[in-house]
Amino acid sequence: MDDLIVRTVTRIVVPFLQLYGIYVVLHGHLSPGGGFSGGAILGASMVLCTLAFGLEKTEKKFGHRLSALLESGAILAFVLIGCVGILAGHTFLTNQRAGFFMGEFGSLLSGGMIPLISIAIGIKVASTMVTLFHAIIKEK
Amino acid sequence: MRKLFALLLMAGLLAVLLSSFLEVPDQGSIDNPSYNDVARRYLTGAEHDTKAPNVVTGIIIDYRGFDTLGETTVLFTAIAAVLTVLSVHSGD
Repeated sequence: MDDLIVRTVTRIVVPFLQLYGIYVVLHGHLSPGGGFSGGAILGASMVLCTLAFGLEKTEKKFGHRLSALLESGAILAFVLIGCVGILAGHTFLTNQRAGFFMGEFGSLLSGGMIPLISIAIGIKVASTMVTLFHAIIKEK
Repeated sequence: MRKLFALLLMAGLLAVLLSSFLEVPDQGSIDNPSYNDVARRYLTGAEHDTKAPNVVTGIIIDYRGFDTLGETTVLFTAIAAVLTVLSVHSGD
């Protein structure tokens, strides 16, 4: 699909979409949203890129190596954050007693491991959406 | 003979399911086992336990983090399976 209007609108809209996705992921513990929904918004922005600019251009920026790295890295980060609880002498995925920075109720830097795991889930969901979409439309 | 056996098996399964269905408590009853202290504990303790105003995120990532790890693993398995199946054709 090679359309000037679609390409121009996509170029304007995609930064805002990605900013909104990052906002939803980072504010997952404060407002409605979280890793899954924010990651879906981020992934949708990349899908829009693919639809407007074509598969080749997007794959140059978000190739197979990067997506494999992000998927494995995000789930590894999740497990490693969970293992901090074991190292601190508690159960897997312990939050407050494992010594995470809890902060003040309602501030952005609070909630211990919740924002960290939200970021990991967001990266994972976004990468999964993009990889799935690319794999399916590559099929002829 | 085989059909009779299957029929008997189905009848037995029906009896088991019906007898356990009769034991299900009324819908919306206050005595349901699902209305226990867990929900109240989450709502009152989430502020102190997780320091997250969004209680839903507090539950799915803090209280039930292991469940969320399972969900993330499901995503990982799904994408691995899809790529395995689809790359059979595009590989050659």
